[in-house]
Amino acid sequence: MKIVIGEGSCGIAAGAQKVYDALAPLLNGTDINLGITGCIGMCFLEPIVDLYDKGLLLKRLVKVTPEQAGVIAEAVKANDLTALKALEITDEDKGFLDKQTRIALRHCGVIDPEDLDDYLAADGYKALEKVLTAMTPEDVIEEIKTSGLAGRGGAGFPTWFKWNAARNAAGDEKYLICNADEGDPGAFMDRAVIESDPHQLIEGMLIAAYAIGAKEAFVYVRAEYPLAIVRLEKAIKDATAKGYLGNNILGTDFSCRLRIKAGAGAFVCGEETALIESLEGSRGMPRLKPPFPAEKGYENKPSNINNVETFANVSWIILNGGQAFAAMGTETSKGTKVFALTGKIKRGGLVEIPMGLTLRDVIFDIGGGIRGGKRFKAVQLGGPSGGCIPEALLDTVIDYKALSATGAIMGSGGMVVMDETTCMVNMARFFLDFTTKESCGKCVHCRIGTKRMFEILTRITEGEGRPGDIELLEELCEAIRSGALCGLGQTAPNPVLTTIKYFRDEYEAHINEKRCPAGECAALRTYVINKDACKGCTLCAKKCPVSAISGEVKQPHAIDAAKCIKCGQCKTVCRFGAVEVR
Amino acid sequence: MCDCGKSDLTLLDGVLAEYASVRGSLITILQKAQEIYGYLPTDVLYRVAEATGSTPAKVMGVATFYTQFRLTPVGKHLIMLCKGTACHVNGADAVEKAICEELKIKDGETSDDGLFSLKTVACLGCCSLSPVMMIDEDTYGSLTPAKAVEIIRTIKGGDAA
Repeated sequence: MKIVIGEGSCGIAAGAQKVYDALAPLLNGTDINLGITGCIGMCFLEPIVDLYDKGLLLKRLVKVTPEQAGVIAEAVKANDLTALKALEITDEDKGFLDKQTRIALRHCGVIDPEDLDDYLAADGYKALEKVLTAMTPEDVIEEIKTSGLAGRGGAGFPTWFKWNAARNAAGDEKYLICNADEGDPGAFMDRAVIESDPHQLIEGMLIAAYAIGAKEAFVYVRAEYPLAIVRLEKAIKDATAKGYLGNNILGTDFSCRLRIKAGAGAFVCGEETALIESLEGSRGMPRLKPPFPAEKGYENKPSNINNVETFANVSWIILNGGQAFAAMGTETSKGTKVFALTGKIKRGGLVEIPMGLTLRDVIFDIGGGIRGGKRFKAVQLGGPSGGCIPEALLDTVIDYKALSATGAIMGSGGMVVMDETTCMVNMARFFLDFTTKESCGKCVHCRIGTKRMFEILTRITEGEGRPGDIELLEELCEAIRSGALCGLGQTAPNPVLTTIKYFRDEYEAHINEKRCPAGECAALRTYVINKDACKGCTLCAKKCPVSAISGEVKQPHAIDAAKCIKCGQCKTVCRFGAVEVR
Repeated sequence: MCDCGKSDLTLLDGVLAEYASVRGSLITILQKAQEIYGYLPTDVLYRVAEATGSTPAKVMGVATFYTQFRLTPVGKHLIMLCKGTACHVNGADAVEKAICEELKIKDGETSDDGLFSLKTVACLGCCSLSPVMMIDEDTYGSLTPAKAVEIIRTIKGGDAA
């Protein structure tokens, strides 16, 4: 029997390491193996403990605490698992994984990310071997073309085209770069792949390096992902020791060196030319294109940049054929896509599905819908470059074209679900706050335009909105979109434009009626005590920092709106739900 | 003003010997320097400029561009509070307010006793546990304002013991 604990960053944050540390001494002197795996993707159930027998998953235990280690160890030692019934995953929750189609994530939560042998046992490096011994670089590019694989970082540009351009660019010195600067707040697909299956990334990158003719490769990874860096470092070391990386890989004349460069925190570095600037040790400010990186990239040499998830699909395509990949998806979008499903969702985590499913399938069928019995309001795709999609468009299929038509974008895979308590004006303000801080400052429209938009959105949420603000925002959006050099600026208006398009009534309520329909904007909130629900316990009156609440014991209390500072303390402490926000 | 002469620059020698002549290593050098000093003192920036053959302006430009770099010292414990989208939707603002009130500081400041610095960050990538914060190396998820304050008080208590 083998016990495997999910130790991605999320799992560890939820307490997986503590469970491991509690179990380890209890298994000393037994023939039971204790191991780790990466992110299983069911973040809502972490920490997760899997019990395997002869490679088969016997039981999946969820939300395990260190205190339960004793019960688990005893049950496994006695080979009688009935006592673990209460810890087992429910059939409903199982559906979260069973409804997915995993290609990029196929090893995540299955193999030990720190053990090369585990990867090799799962057909690891077989695709590299096939490529190096039986395929020309042109064959590889052709296979990727057949697959229809497109850049998973968000833009959806055909991967084969970029590889081909870099292959055909003049010069012997070429570079391959992996963009692992996952800066979109609300997205963690790439982190999960690196933490859970680092060799998969290395293998995909080596195949790409062979295809374009690069001998040097970099992974540019966010410094906020320390565990990903540690696991990737180990994987590089192990792969080099076994001859999968370095000189004369697998005894052929193909050589490639792979280095990690840790980013230092700048969202704009997800833009490929800014990333190159950062790799060169400079401020990450985008360059004018053309020339494209395929001609002049890192150190002005031909370079190719792809996202982590893109590389994670490559070995599967080589082993199973481009046709098999292209058989999944829609006319314009092939294969699968990984999403990080978060927000007010019942079952949040990593979801990999074939293109062509609808947003409703992902949010309601797989994610289980909104938690806490609230009503769905919108889903945000593509982070600061994307947009909010309303309930009426939930049947939109997941496809690059169809999603762009809504005003949002496919993006890298962040999917943040919002319910009726989320204010859409404040949501737009949140993203503009982000882009204002992350704008590199090179282009005037982006640098100053985002700041003006942020100020306007702030005053609307504070009840100072003026007639004409919506039109002014729209004008600014157009100016920034057309006046910015890079993707950050060009897409920064999207969160504002989509919220105006689909939730204009919320903007109007803020501006004209000084009211926040979602009840989120503090300045526009009015706290009142429901006389029928109030028991007169006096708790709220005692807690109110400005003595705005009055009333006799056991008599309904009342809030003096003139004194109220809208801190919400009364609502937090009330045990009868008598304090209402209007 | 330059605080030149205050830092022990010999601590940098190893890092500079390894990276100063490797092209494109400025960010790596600054990351290592910050690990050594806890922040980037001005005299260290001058030393890095000299050793790498860059202008002080270029080094300063890089140091101020990236959010990871700090030009002032931080407290004993660094609180990184995530303000990513998922955390925002799940109430990170209320958590921030509670932390600020507890420590009597704002984002980017250090408490009077020098124990805690608060820094809000864009995304820690643990969105399913939102709202999330990291204190030093440890991640704390599913926060409420009360829970965040309790965690801070526990750490404070541990330091005093």
